[in-house]
Amino acid sequence: MPVLWLVLIVLVMAVAGYMLGRARALKSAGGDSRDLHSLPSYYGANVTIMTLVPAVGILIVWLLVQPILIDRTISSTVPAEAISDSMTRGLFMSDVRRIADGLDLAVTEGAMGRDEADNIRAEFTDIRDRLGNLGVALGSDVGPEVLRAAQRYRTMSSAGNLLMTLAVLAAAGVGFTISYMATGKNFRARNVVEKVIRYLLIFAATIAILTTIGILLSLVFNTIEFFRLYPAEDFFLGLTWSPSFGGGSELGILPLLWGTLYISIIALLVAVPIGLFAAIFLSEYASSTVRSFAKPMIEVLAGIPTIVYGLFALLTVGPLLMRVFGDDGIGIMQAGTAVMTAGLVMGIMLIPFVSSLSDDIINAVPQSMRDGSLGLGATRSETVKQVVLPAALPGIVGAILLAASRAIGETMIVVLGAGAAARLSMNPFDAMTTVTAKIVSQLTGDADFASPEALVAFALGMTLFVITLGLNVFALYIVRKYREQYE
Amino acid sequence: MTDANATQPGAGRPARSSSLLQLDERTRRRNASEARFRLYGMAAVGIGLAFLVMLLVAILSNGLGAFQQTAFHLKIELKQDVLDPNGNRDIDEIKDAKTFAYSPLIREAVLRQIEAYGIDTPLSEAPVEGFSSPLDNLFSSGARSTLRDRVIANPDLIGQTVDFRILASSRVDGYLKGRVDRESIARDKNLDTVHLDLVDALHEQGAVEKEFNWDFITGPDASDARPEQAGMGVAMLGSFFMMLVVLGFSLPIGVAASIYLEEFAPRNRFTDLIEVNISNLAAVPSIVFGILGLAVFIQFAHLPQSAPLVGGLVLTLMTLPTIIISTRASLQSVPPSIRDAALGVGASKMQSVFHHVLPLAMPGILTGTIIGLAQALGETAPLLLIGMVGYIASNYPGGVAEGFLAPNSAMPAQIYEWAKRADPAFYERAWGGIIILLGFLMTMNIIAIILRRRFERRW
Repeated sequence: MPVLWLVLIVLVMAVAGYMLGRARALKSAGGDSRDLHSLPSYYGANVTIMTLVPAVGILIVWLLVQPILIDRTISSTVPAEAISDSMTRGLFMSDVRRIADGLDLAVTEGAMGRDEADNIRAEFTDIRDRLGNLGVALGSDVGPEVLRAAQRYRTMSSAGNLLMTLAVLAAAGVGFTISYMATGKNFRARNVVEKVIRYLLIFAATIAILTTIGILLSLVFNTIEFFRLYPAEDFFLGLTWSPSFGGGSELGILPLLWGTLYISIIALLVAVPIGLFAAIFLSEYASSTVRSFAKPMIEVLAGIPTIVYGLFALLTVGPLLMRVFGDDGIGIMQAGTAVMTAGLVMGIMLIPFVSSLSDDIINAVPQSMRDGSLGLGATRSETVKQVVLPAALPGIVGAILLAASRAIGETMIVVLGAGAAARLSMNPFDAMTTVTAKIVSQLTGDADFASPEALVAFALGMTLFVITLGLNVFALYIVRKYREQYE
Repeated sequence: MTDANATQPGAGRPARSSSLLQLDERTRRRNASEARFRLYGMAAVGIGLAFLVMLLVAILSNGLGAFQQTAFHLKIELKQDVLDPNGNRDIDEIKDAKTFAYSPLIREAVLRQIEAYGIDTPLSEAPVEGFSSPLDNLFSSGARSTLRDRVIANPDLIGQTVDFRILASSRVDGYLKGRVDRESIARDKNLDTVHLDLVDALHEQGAVEKEFNWDFITGPDASDARPEQAGMGVAMLGSFFMMLVVLGFSLPIGVAASIYLEEFAPRNRFTDLIEVNISNLAAVPSIVFGILGLAVFIQFAHLPQSAPLVGGLVLTLMTLPTIIISTRASLQSVPPSIRDAALGVGASKMQSVFHHVLPLAMPGILTGTIIGLAQALGETAPLLLIGMVGYIASNYPGGVAEGFLAPNSAMPAQIYEWAKRADPAFYERAWGGIIILLGFLMTMNIIAIILRRRFERRW
């Protein structure tokens, strides 16, 4: 039975449960809702929840677990020699799945009988041809092992689906019956319903934790897998980055880290002075009309998607820099995509980030400190330089660190603006590449994660995650510590 | 007494180092530095605004061209002996005429037009039959199949002479828009100055026109060779389905999580852990969410690659922290007296929250959600990893289920895809796509601002 129908049946049961539960409660009180413990709708809601929650829970868990279990059992029954040298176990299993899906399609379209699909032999029939007629494209000819595995896959998953249908319907039925039987005028329906809602709220709140766990697990497992194929010290200390999917690649992270760092430094050199001075001007000097116009305008820069900045770097800033520093000008720039291009544009992107964070922090410095300084005869700029900024310094450092973590994790600008060559160079007009850009280039369009060249992206991601997380935690720590001084 | 004072005239009186009317050296220096500092500040704000203006000018000047498209208006004679030699209008026999057979019809129509207007051009000698003709370079390479589709859709046209709108090739389009000049044409192997003279002449007669390009907004993407046919429509639908997923998941989950943290959570380690997690997730680079999506949704859960559903799930996880933070702020702004009053007349804690606090906080929550959605709409990096780039979005999804599950692109992914292609004609499309994207973002933000102004209550 398709999952959609199953969900619909359970939903219908839930709606019916609401009406029946409500009616039963009212009846038990002789039609007078004042005799009930809770409002009538709570009795209905109770039956609905008891029908819906266990059934849907089982459905979701089953849908997630079943394919993994089947994959594992079938993969373990396939002998190692059946898998030819050119393919990995993962590729083999994806072939199996595709053939199984193809056979399913053949049965539903009527091109193949049910028995035929179960018993067909690769030795006698050209499966690839027959499935090809249905629009299922197979990469290679179907060997007998693959076909047998696919047929086992089909039997197991159809058995699994049947079991799942039964289990879900049973859970819904049991929940429905128990809660319906329990419904009566003395049943404390509101307490039960509120307790369930409370647990649902808690579950929603834990999704943040689950996301973090998911990120960590997906990074850690694949990183360990990568280090099994490629030595860790070569990865962390290697000076060359030259992946080749044929094997024999050198995957040293240092050139990528250098590119990341260089671009981020240039970005901060642009963003920090401009952002900081803008924040000081807007909070200390500007009239309220100027402020109410300029502040939102600068913040518009923060709302522009990074793909726009990427295109701006690639098509506007790059050619512009080329005209000045390229072969027609000074002659130290080979191509429009360079560290300087990406750094400049990223700096523009970070200006509002630095300015609005610093603005908040400068505004948090108590007015009495300014008044004291001005009263002693200091000019405004002296007050800013000698009183406000020192007081706000930890917060500003925190803001700069947050901006740095943004710069390190930024992807689209460097993918489009920084070039693709990994090199260790001091020239800011050279093309270099970053950790994020290489994650993209190693993972796009490749669904098989068996080779070190693809898995390295997870190790890069792990490095990126650790660095940005460290910067953030450190920045928040500084900001929080500073805040305590005035409160 | 110092030497300096001794040299001053009137040495008998006590020395004054300055007067209120006459600024001394030090005060002047301090005032100058004050003025300088102020100037720095103004310059910084000015530079920031200048960057904004530069960005907008670059976007508009490069992108507005994409909303216009050059097309030929030709009277094409759909010859029966070419398209339906047996004359029985059998749809299968009409389909036998391949796109190749339609080329001579278009060429002929141009030649007729040249003759009608009396234009003197070497191209009037160009061959009509044959595999290729210099005339072909004037049109989009997709023009033939568009024509064929029209004929197959309406076989009665065969034998008649019908007015058709035939898309010009991207070079001709670029020439009329001023993107391609004659000098660069000289280096181009596809187009000669002869072609340009002809285009100029036809343009004067009104047979070639720039028109508003609806196909760019609603049409599907096209392959590498046909930039003039590429459109945003399918990618827009992909983004739309993705936003539905994001809205459907992140609003309920975000609101539920905020209600728990703000109204029910006891102060303990578990709650602290959640709070730290949320603030850290808000700062995790978006590409890491892409890795999560790839590993969990595609590698582990075997959801289909490039599907808007997967993209939506990834973006949901990414926008959740934004929505939670803004929802908590608006829950906090509801005064405690509301809760106390509800509890006082006998409501349970749950009822006070859901019946009283939540409705009052709703405008703030919706504002935060819209801003979160706008952020998700423009996000590209995670989509690169789950395969929404590199896919040519040339087919509209067939239905709602297919809209969620069939491979598709998204607006920012489509822009990235165009930016990567070699033909500069695609760059114009990419800028144009950005105008559309920014249009959506601006609308969403304006709605959010209006919501906030209209409905937010200050207590």
